[in-house]
Amino acid sequence: MNSRGIHVQSVDKSFGRGQARTVVLKKTDFVAETGLLTMLVGPSGCGKTTLLSIIAGTLHADGGAIEVLGQRLDKMGANAVAKFRSRNLGFIFQQFNLIPTLTAAENVSVPLVIQGFGYRYAERKAREVLEWVGLEDHVNFLPAKMSGGQQQRVAIARALVHEPPIILCDEPTSSLDSENGQHVMTLLRKAATQKDRLVLVVTHDNRTYGFADHMSEMEDGKIFRTLTTHEEILRHHPPGS
Amino acid sequence: MIRIALKMLFGDRGKYVMLVSGITFATLLMVQGMSLFCGLMSWTYSTMRNVRVPIWVADPKVEQCNDNKPMRDTDITRVRSVEGVAWAVPLYQGISMARLVDGTSKMITLVGLDNNTLIGAPTRIIKGRLEDLRMPNTVILDDFGVERLSAGRSRPIGVGDVFEINDREARIVAICKSYRSFTGGPYVFTTYDRAVQYAPNQRKMLSFILAAPQPGLSEHEVAHRIAGQTGLASFTHQEFMWSTIMWYVKNTGIPINVGTIVIIGFLIGAAISGQTFYSFVLENTRHFAALRAMGASSGELCGMLIAQALLVGFIGFGTGLGLVSFMGNNLLRLGKVPFLMIWQIPVIVGVAVLVIVVISALIGIIRIVRLEPAIVFR
Ligand SMILES: Nc1ncnc2c1ncn2[C@@H]1O[C@H](COP(=O)(O)OP(=O)(O)OP(=O)(O)O)[C@@H](O)[C@H]1O
Ligand SMILES: [Mg+2]
Repeated sequence: MNSRGIHVQSVDKSFGRGQARTVVLKKTDFVAETGLLTMLVGPSGCGKTTLLSIIAGTLHADGGAIEVLGQRLDKMGANAVAKFRSRNLGFIFQQFNLIPTLTAAENVSVPLVIQGFGYRYAERKAREVLEWVGLEDHVNFLPAKMSGGQQQRVAIARALVHEPPIILCDEPTSSLDSENGQHVMTLLRKAATQKDRLVLVVTHDNRTYGFADHMSEMEDGKIFRTLTTHEEILRHHPPGS
Repeated sequence: MIRIALKMLFGDRGKYVMLVSGITFATLLMVQGMSLFCGLMSWTYSTMRNVRVPIWVADPKVEQCNDNKPMRDTDITRVRSVEGVAWAVPLYQGISMARLVDGTSKMITLVGLDNNTLIGAPTRIIKGRLEDLRMPNTVILDDFGVERLSAGRSRPIGVGDVFEINDREARIVAICKSYRSFTGGPYVFTTYDRAVQYAPNQRKMLSFILAAPQPGLSEHEVAHRIAGQTGLASFTHQEFMWSTIMWYVKNTGIPINVGTIVIIGFLIGAAISGQTFYSFVLENTRHFAALRAMGASSGELCGMLIAQALLVGFIGFGTGLGLVSFMGNNLLRLGKVPFLMIWQIPVIVGVAVLVIVVISALIGIIRIVRLEPAIVFR
């Protein structure tokens, strides 16, 4: 196996038990590579978020192998996984999840603080990254004083500030209008290609499909097709369809 | 992380104020209740604070210093004859009515001191002279008495003024400071013989025998010897003080009433703070989950909650204590309300607040530890 990237093999996950039991993932395989922006797409309820949570180590799989950057997450304890996350993963959520009482710079510095860096260093780094996402004028703004697009850019800055090799995004553009969505995806692509990162984006938003290098299509808890070139993606998902 | 935690808390102004108010209120009620209790208890043995002597001897049935079961005058001689007793003198204590110039009557606590020695006389004379008590029909009034007995006069009653105790003339020769009595009346000091004349006639008048051990002997030992040899009750100052306090604890509703205030304070504080803190945690669940997803450990999240709760407790406790001291020192003292904040009270209440705060934090912690960080993706 490749020691870079994400390799998920034969993962099972179900929720509930007895009558209420829903099987979400059955023997699911999934691969994403470094240096690329991979999109995970599929109809609502097919298990995209579930798979992403398992890759992030925030959700336990019932079985299967989850290898991220050469490490078997399914074999680690909870605290080791938390530590692994704080070093190697950056997150972008649909709901932004910024802490409302912290300024943009403070929000962005959180991952560094979690890793144990001093506040001063963390905030200096935060300002640099905020500049990179074009928010140098908003470092001291509270989230409530910013637009959705600006908040999501703060969230991107937060995901990047500790320079993790992997960025995981769940529906990063679906609360945004088209223009802000394009802006956010441009930044994410830049983050992927510039620094040789792995960016995994779960999305519904076909307006952003053009940003994908690879695309895994999911249905009923299975990856049924992976498109590996822009041409293929465009052929299967023509813009405006 | 702690700094982030505190910013989260301070940022939520409404909850923060609510939490601090809850703790402040609880502190206020608890400290207030306990101080009221201690204040009342300190009033119960005021006579003993005003008349400071090493040993108190009384009728064997007497348990507390406001009780009056008179002994025979010959008992003084019996006490004097006990080996190790340096001196023994009589003390009269009783409730009497003072008649004012406007014709109204006020209750007073009349204290009769030994004619010759004036042992137990007030030590804090603010006007006049103690020695003048040897002149006929004279009394010493305490400063509270000045307030109480001035009715109907153009200026406050003072040295040289006259009022009546049970139709007999009482001329004031000095004003002293004293501790307030539990029964509420001001203290009027005079000599034993005169007190006996002022008081309504009874067969026996000797309320207490005051005594002291000879140099080198312990109060305790001599007090016990007196009890053993005379069959009278005999206490050291400390013993009689505690006996008095315990009598009021056992025989009045004070502990229950005050205990209720204190418990209500604790429960209200715990309810408000616990509830508010829980809803604070609930509202911030997403953010705690996000922190968890970003790699914060459970331990760090618990640390954040504990820091938040402790800070709230600290500020609330400080505010409450400050308020209650201010009230105690100003309003209550002006209104002559019993209030005595001994140092143990803030310590006890501090511990109670700590308990409230820890319970609140624990409720939050249970919630956070069970948290599925995966919820951030929903
Ligand atoms: N904690 C849970 N308890 C019970 N069922 C769950 C839980 N999480 C997810 N599910 C179920 O698992 C299935 C897949 O959910 P998931 O969130 O992974 O879908 P999704 O592909 O992300 O959908 P969407 O595009 O709407 O976000 C759904 O049927 C959902 O109801
Ligand atoms: Mg989803």
